[in-house]
Amino acid sequence: MAAADAGGGFDCIVIGGGHNGLVCATLLARGGRSVALFEANDLLGGAAATREFAAGFRVSACAHLLHSMPAALQRELRLQSYGFATAATGMASTALVADGAALAIGAADLAAADAAAYARYDARMRRLAAALAPMLSRAPPRLGTRRWSELAPLLELGWRVRRLGARDMRELLRIAGMNVYDLLEENFESAALKGALALDAVLGANLGPRSPGSVLTLLHRLAGECAAGAAGLTQPLGGMGGLCDALARAARAAGVTIRTSSPVARIEVEADRASGVVLEGGERIAAGAVISSADPKTTFLHLLGARHLDAGFVRRVTHFRSRGLAAKLHLALDRAPQFTGLIPGREAGRLLIAPSLQYIERAYNHAKYGEYSQAPVMEITVPTINDPGLAPAGGHVLSAIVQYAPYSLKGGWELQRGGFADLAIDTIARYAPGLRRSIVASELLSPPDLEREFRISGGHWHHGDMALDQFWMVRPVPGAAQYRTPLDGLFLCGAGCHPGGGVVGAAGRNAARQVLQQAA
Amino acid sequence: MPITEAAAPHYQQPLLRTPFHARARALCEVDSYIPWAGYSTVDVFTSVEHEYFAIRNAATLYDLTPMVKYRIAGADAPDYLNRLVTRDIGKLGRDRVAYCVWCNDAGHIIDDGTVFRLGDTEFRLCTAMRQIDWLMASAVGFDVTIEEVTDRIAALALQGPTSCAVLKAAGFEGIERLKPFEIGRFAVGGAPITVSRTGFTGDLGYELWMEPAAAETIWDALMSSGRSRGIRAIGSQALNVARIEAGFISPNVDFVSAEHSLRVGRDRSPFELGLAWLLDFDKGHFTGRRALLAERRRGHRRRLVGLDVAGSKAAHNALVYCTRSGKREIGSVSSAVWSPTCKRNIALAMVDAPYFAMGSTVWVEIYLNRELVWERRMMQARVVERAFFAPVRRRSTPPADY
Repeated sequence: MAAADAGGGFDCIVIGGGHNGLVCATLLARGGRSVALFEANDLLGGAAATREFAAGFRVSACAHLLHSMPAALQRELRLQSYGFATAATGMASTALVADGAALAIGAADLAAADAAAYARYDARMRRLAAALAPMLSRAPPRLGTRRWSELAPLLELGWRVRRLGARDMRELLRIAGMNVYDLLEENFESAALKGALALDAVLGANLGPRSPGSVLTLLHRLAGECAAGAAGLTQPLGGMGGLCDALARAARAAGVTIRTSSPVARIEVEADRASGVVLEGGERIAAGAVISSADPKTTFLHLLGARHLDAGFVRRVTHFRSRGLAAKLHLALDRAPQFTGLIPGREAGRLLIAPSLQYIERAYNHAKYGEYSQAPVMEITVPTINDPGLAPAGGHVLSAIVQYAPYSLKGGWELQRGGFADLAIDTIARYAPGLRRSIVASELLSPPDLEREFRISGGHWHHGDMALDQFWMVRPVPGAAQYRTPLDGLFLCGAGCHPGGGVVGAAGRNAARQVLQQAA
Repeated sequence: MPITEAAAPHYQQPLLRTPFHARARALCEVDSYIPWAGYSTVDVFTSVEHEYFAIRNAATLYDLTPMVKYRIAGADAPDYLNRLVTRDIGKLGRDRVAYCVWCNDAGHIIDDGTVFRLGDTEFRLCTAMRQIDWLMASAVGFDVTIEEVTDRIAALALQGPTSCAVLKAAGFEGIERLKPFEIGRFAVGGAPITVSRTGFTGDLGYELWMEPAAAETIWDALMSSGRSRGIRAIGSQALNVARIEAGFISPNVDFVSAEHSLRVGRDRSPFELGLAWLLDFDKGHFTGRRALLAERRRGHRRRLVGLDVAGSKAAHNALVYCTRSGKREIGSVSSAVWSPTCKRNIALAMVDAPYFAMGSTVWVEIYLNRELVWERRMMQARVVERAFFAPVRRRSTPPADY
């Protein structure tokens, strides 16, 4: 581990202490760099933190489940030795339906025809996803170069797709540009099953089931799950913050200097190279490389400034679609919620309110016109069932991702946050009678709230829409898709890069490799 | 249907008319008009030869109103322009004009034009083509307002050796002290008028910027004070001869805007257009800087040069070869004319390395239509500097009083 140079500078400065920033900082430090990490909030974790939203009640601030963090990355970071523990793994998904008969996904509850179709569909989708999964842990290829190493991932993808065999390859090419609505209609009878399966394609995305490209997002998620390995849906102990605490311990053990409550005001440029950062307090810290886990717009337009970039590149950055549509609802409860028709034990898993494809599409319709969904779709967990420590004795926490809640809401969020929270609570109460009476406190984080709390431009969970034109080798924008940026010494390592959002950490690791290579 | 002069709404008239239209129409003997940036302008008034010789021997009026003009103002306007164009606007003094190019990220030219510094934080950008999309894209992150003011400013180019005398006689007091690329402010006949010593002819000349309401008054004043000095209205064709002699490039003739080209390899960098002198790599970042630095390291493969062609037939659209056999193509001619003043057959051509070196010999293939029979001539040409005609009077202050 190299010591900080005499001028008080570092080899690398990482902006933002979310999971990607922490992963990147740790791996850079282990690669022999002196690393400092600056986090604006007083807590590490960024949007992957655990927050106390009511006295004694704590909850994961945004994403509440791990589904795509690569097992290899967890091993590489030795997370368990740094105290990472899970409250639950292999969590089941259950679709809540209005008539009270909840539908367990992938279990024997499915009607005979759907059960066989599901087995076929699931196996095939996982085969396709497995072929794509290795791409998540590599920097995307770059076109217009003759460097073999930068083209290799493209050839690798081609080879992997070809190796699927004629039938699967044909199917992959057929469905990759399709919408998930048509795909599910081809395969299943049950409206509840189709709705629940479609939800994973549109969760956190600016898509409805009928939007083109919604199969791509589903495949992307499945590829992530494939890379994550056997653990399946996982609830970290202590909420998402538990994971980030372990990441922070790993970072400190690797020698990373971590400073919280230290918002970076701007990235310094000297001789057309990133040369360090200036904190909001005015303190300057020099560095050989600056790696930002902030979203691309924040990094390029606010921290760096358009004047250090070419106008065409800036135009691409401003066009990066980054307006969030997912809100987060947190309920503090004085007793466990009772969902009707649930197989006992299922309340510990993931509960989905997406009773049909039409229901989701209708929910999305509102968002297109700047309104929130009148009948929102949700992914609900009750984390305290697996991890009672998140609430006072006897108390419970309900955590729900609520869609669609457009960033630019007609009339603004200030006046309508309460109305949307009520609507969301009523929606859940339809499946859990008596929920209202048990609520001690509640919190709704709209996209503008997420933007403010976590400094994510647009309040988008994934820092930007996952869509074909913002995917892989064009994510976030051409010219910055390999974690490098047009400015020497400035790198990206956040969810705005490949492979995108979710608590994954792959962007942080891929970026660290890129930085280590560059400066080697 | 009778021709009516009543102004129809702009969406009903295919081409707009400039404030000088009535005056120009009265003088346009051959009814030859061309569209320019949405306006109807005169291509030829009487004959190209008469008009051309007036540029070189007397004084000429050319309606410049369709030239696209942007007002760029705001606290960040100097920084904005410095990031936009390749020259250092910080060095551009108040009431001075600079010829500039601006590039895309790849360092390929989008357009050229002139930047007028009207105040500390107020500028005017004049371009041949509309650029609002690129200008707005470049404005992200700058405190600057950009508005197109083309139709709010009537503009006239007064060019030729007697132009200074014409202005003096029309009441532009002190005009003889105006230096090249300097801006002066005058009041003539009660109308405020801005004059810049700029032009597209490579000769002594001025450009006059005024409110549309004053347009006809100024036109009349110049025409009357210029009568004894051979003043003449000219169209675009005569101006084109003069600009080739001066070695000036014209968009969509000598280069294609990088924002418009569709084919790979058609964009041109400042190095390729022989405009490296406009690049200032020390002023801080500007769009295309990183790509241009890389190009400087790499070297460029072709360059726009002047050709001095044997014979007297203009080498319009000619292909350029390295040998007389015409086996290997090394470029093509983009502008060509017989220069009446230089008495030389001149051309601007994009020529590959290493043949673009000054003094090297190339061959051009000229096609001649002689009473409907095409003949092919392989003519030798020498690579020369582009400014074929650069008289001292262009720069001397005060200019000689003709």
